[in-house]
Amino acid sequence: MTHASALFRTLCQTVTLVAAVAVLGEARCLAATAQDAVSDAKVDDAQIVAAINKSLSASWRDSGVTPSKPAPDGAWARRVYLDLVGRIPTIDELEAFVAQAAKSRRRWLVDRLLGDSYRDEHARWRATEWANLLIGRTGGGRNSLAVREPFEKYLRVAFAENRPLDQLMREMVTASGSVRPEDDDHNPAANYLADKMDENGVQATAKTAQLFLGVSVQCTQCHNHPFNEGRQNQFWELAAFFRQTRAERVRDDEDDRPKARIVDRDFYGEGRDRMAALASLPGQADAAETYYELRNGKLKVAYPVFIDGNSLHDVFLERGHDYGDSGRLALVNRREELAGFIAESPDFARSAVNREWGRFFGYGFTRPVDDMGAHNPPSHPDLMATLATAFRDADYDLLRLSRWIVLSDAYGLDSMAGRSNQDDEPSLGQPPLFTRFYLRQLSAEQIYESLITATRADEALSDDRRDEARRRWTRQFATAFGNDENGEATSFNGSIPQSLAMMNSELVRRATELGWVEMKKKSAAAGDYAEKKPAGFLSSIAADRSLSNADRVEKLYLAALARKPDRKELAVCNQLLVARKGNAAEALRDVWWALLNSNEFILQH
Amino acid sequence: MHSGMTRRHFLDHMAGAAAFGAASFALGRTVEAAASQLSRDHKSCILLWMSGGPPTIDIWDMKPGVATGGPLRPIRTTGDVEITERLPLVAEQMKHLSVIRSMSTREADHTRGAYYLRTGYVPNPNVVHPSYGSVIAHEMEPKIAGLEIPPFVSIGGPSEGPGFLGMAYAPLQVDQSGRVRDVQALVEKERMDERLALLAEIEGRFAKERRGPAAGEHAKVLERTVSLMRSDQMKAFDVASEPTKSRERYGDSGFGRSCLLARRLVESGVPFVEVDFGGWDLHDDCFTRLDQKLPELDRGMSALVSDLEERGLLDQTVIVWMGEFGRTPRINGDAGRDHYARAWSAVVGGGGLQGGLGIGETSADGSTVESKPHSAEDLMATVCQAMGLSLQTNFTSTNGRPMKIAGGGAPISELFA
Repeated sequence: MTHASALFRTLCQTVTLVAAVAVLGEARCLAATAQDAVSDAKVDDAQIVAAINKSLSASWRDSGVTPSKPAPDGAWARRVYLDLVGRIPTIDELEAFVAQAAKSRRRWLVDRLLGDSYRDEHARWRATEWANLLIGRTGGGRNSLAVREPFEKYLRVAFAENRPLDQLMREMVTASGSVRPEDDDHNPAANYLADKMDENGVQATAKTAQLFLGVSVQCTQCHNHPFNEGRQNQFWELAAFFRQTRAERVRDDEDDRPKARIVDRDFYGEGRDRMAALASLPGQADAAETYYELRNGKLKVAYPVFIDGNSLHDVFLERGHDYGDSGRLALVNRREELAGFIAESPDFARSAVNREWGRFFGYGFTRPVDDMGAHNPPSHPDLMATLATAFRDADYDLLRLSRWIVLSDAYGLDSMAGRSNQDDEPSLGQPPLFTRFYLRQLSAEQIYESLITATRADEALSDDRRDEARRRWTRQFATAFGNDENGEATSFNGSIPQSLAMMNSELVRRATELGWVEMKKKSAAAGDYAEKKPAGFLSSIAADRSLSNADRVEKLYLAALARKPDRKELAVCNQLLVARKGNAAEALRDVWWALLNSNEFILQH
Repeated sequence: MHSGMTRRHFLDHMAGAAAFGAASFALGRTVEAAASQLSRDHKSCILLWMSGGPPTIDIWDMKPGVATGGPLRPIRTTGDVEITERLPLVAEQMKHLSVIRSMSTREADHTRGAYYLRTGYVPNPNVVHPSYGSVIAHEMEPKIAGLEIPPFVSIGGPSEGPGFLGMAYAPLQVDQSGRVRDVQALVEKERMDERLALLAEIEGRFAKERRGPAAGEHAKVLERTVSLMRSDQMKAFDVASEPTKSRERYGDSGFGRSCLLARRLVESGVPFVEVDFGGWDLHDDCFTRLDQKLPELDRGMSALVSDLEERGLLDQTVIVWMGEFGRTPRINGDAGRDHYARAWSAVVGGGGLQGGLGIGETSADGSTVESKPHSAEDLMATVCQAMGLSLQTNFTSTNGRPMKIAGGGAPISELFA
């Protein structure tokens, strides 16, 4: 038996322990039995994982649904690599995984991917995802006031040191300074607001509420929300927190594209300048107000009030000051106060766990994840509350939140439905039960990184060059809507442009070509070359004389799909070999192309 | 029923294609068979999508001499309506176009409004509705068997998606020059077919394993992709091959090129084309920016209408001009207008619809509709009826709910006189 096929057998086995737990609905789970699970005084990782399992298995019992079987180890490893580091695993990584004891290998892998050995790669992937979330894929592009590269670098550093989410939020919400690295007051966190300050910060308001509080207030900008509790005043009272702030445009000369410098200025109230404000009588409240328009055209006044109804005025009264509505920076820094409100809000933790759950499962507890509220009740309120409490008690530790979710039984389930849970398909409109793992499109970034990983196409490039190449590739699919919601879309969504890119693009051409480098012997005279050495994955498989053709095909399947080909697939591969007149290396190119274009490769499953 | 597709599928052809002689392996509709016989027994629709929400009070429903009216003046047209002086060429074509001045919708947020106007449904967390283009592509399917390029093309913007109809009805998004990336296969046809045989095997295996609809939809998209790659009809995208005179007529602008491309696509039998013309989110400096935007609109839109007419295609092509909402009659402190959904205008014409009409009216300041109000559903029903689609069509959404085409809207009767 070849080494590769032994590996396959292991990868296709399921972890029976998880199966038993999932079906019987017991609270114990893999991580609960762990000896070395991270724990501290307040939150014990194993207990949280057990609580997730208990909550979900109870809900499955209540709905009379039997969950799918646990995913095979290979599929699970592929899934976890894609979610935690943004790419599929290499064959070596799969081999290291299955070399672990079956009982503990999943926890072993999560420890590794969230630990020191993958710290940079994990941070890099999280930074990529968060940058898309925070400034969009088009943020930092031609028409953007943001500069992407330093922003992603800033996020990478933050995720590498596992900076608590509340701290990260505070840095971005309160950031001032220039987004340009060459400026003395450079502050990469300022990129968050760079494109959001038009119209007195409408986008800053809407995005901050969505991202950090999980509430969609942008519709209430113009009117009370027709269905939810949102009121128009809420939007403008929240927006008032950004009224001291503006994005100045900085550039070196006329030809230079402008970039943002986020600055705070004294705000004297809408339409009032400094002199008008100074003219107010002593004793008169130094209140800097904003106005908004009702649908009937009447103007209403707004002062800073957080979404829970707490006003800055009251907060400052409690501190013994009557100037809470002032817009003078020496007295009140409104963004600092806003960040404090957000960090204290129960919505902060709730929205974070909802988003993270959605990131790992494809569906959060609400649809969409950033429109929470009484009008849109969560599918699993108790579970969400448990996770939110644990996340807060763990000081907003994103690594641990990831760990809890990926070690849960539900995350480890197969994507294949059983007889009882075929209808658990949220893409058809039902609320998710999480009795199976739902298929979802991989992002353009995940596909890119996976192609690179599977083909070793950019071995020679530095990380920065790789990042730039990836951004260039993914940007071609992104379109900005060009409205005041900073909306954007990607055509890398399973439609024809994606298929064309996977079939015919330069990236795939390189991935499916055989490459050789001429090796120059160190001591040899000029022109004296040793044998050619294979460059990249495909060539090295083709050139490996220890492998049979069947082994080679298996290797390709393993690298792309983390599974073994079945008999029918092997039969078609053999026909390809015949069609290539026995030239195995050429046939492997065909096999490799087909694998990279398959639904099984481009979907998370 | 949307699920009962009649076309033969990629997988049917490919799965188990054990002996792949190239002949046994051709895709459902071959270039040779179809290219010559592109008979047009169906109508098409071109949606001119004014992304951002245009100030229709400055364009189609002018209020001269009123505080909300703005600086622009109305001019007479060949139809029974007056429109802005900045659209003199469109004014010549107004006998073919009607202005619906009684649009009254309730979504004044870009994302929600764009969804509502283009699907006929307000956003709902549990179901994603198909957009105009996807509905029409789906319903026209029996009539466009010879079409090898996608039935729904979106130029310059992403449009809305196919929702529960599935990715096979998603728009093909192209830029304003009509460029479709990566259409050239990496290997010759025979070898590609051989590769596709293995791909079909892998696809089929995964798709039949009860993992959800995404696995199977991918195969349909692959089929469309291969069909497009091999089709002569792709030359419809080659706007650069148009004579200089024709390109000049549409104007040297993104919108002009998009309109020209739309005409070429419709001519090739594509049943739905969306042209995205953005930049209407005029919260500030509305009138200076209108002075820049309206001439581009004027040139492209007028050329499209007159060109279609000259080619005898106007009666078979419904034209719709709309954004996600209009803008406030009140001019704000930044000389701009904000989002406003309660009273605004859309324009339709062609496809046998009555032209030259002004339908409905708004109050003196433009803030309310004073005639029978029309919704996004009504507008969509009007277009569907003009296209010859039955308004009794029901879709079964993926969650099992029956869903009326065009959200159950009622067509605007004046347009069908």
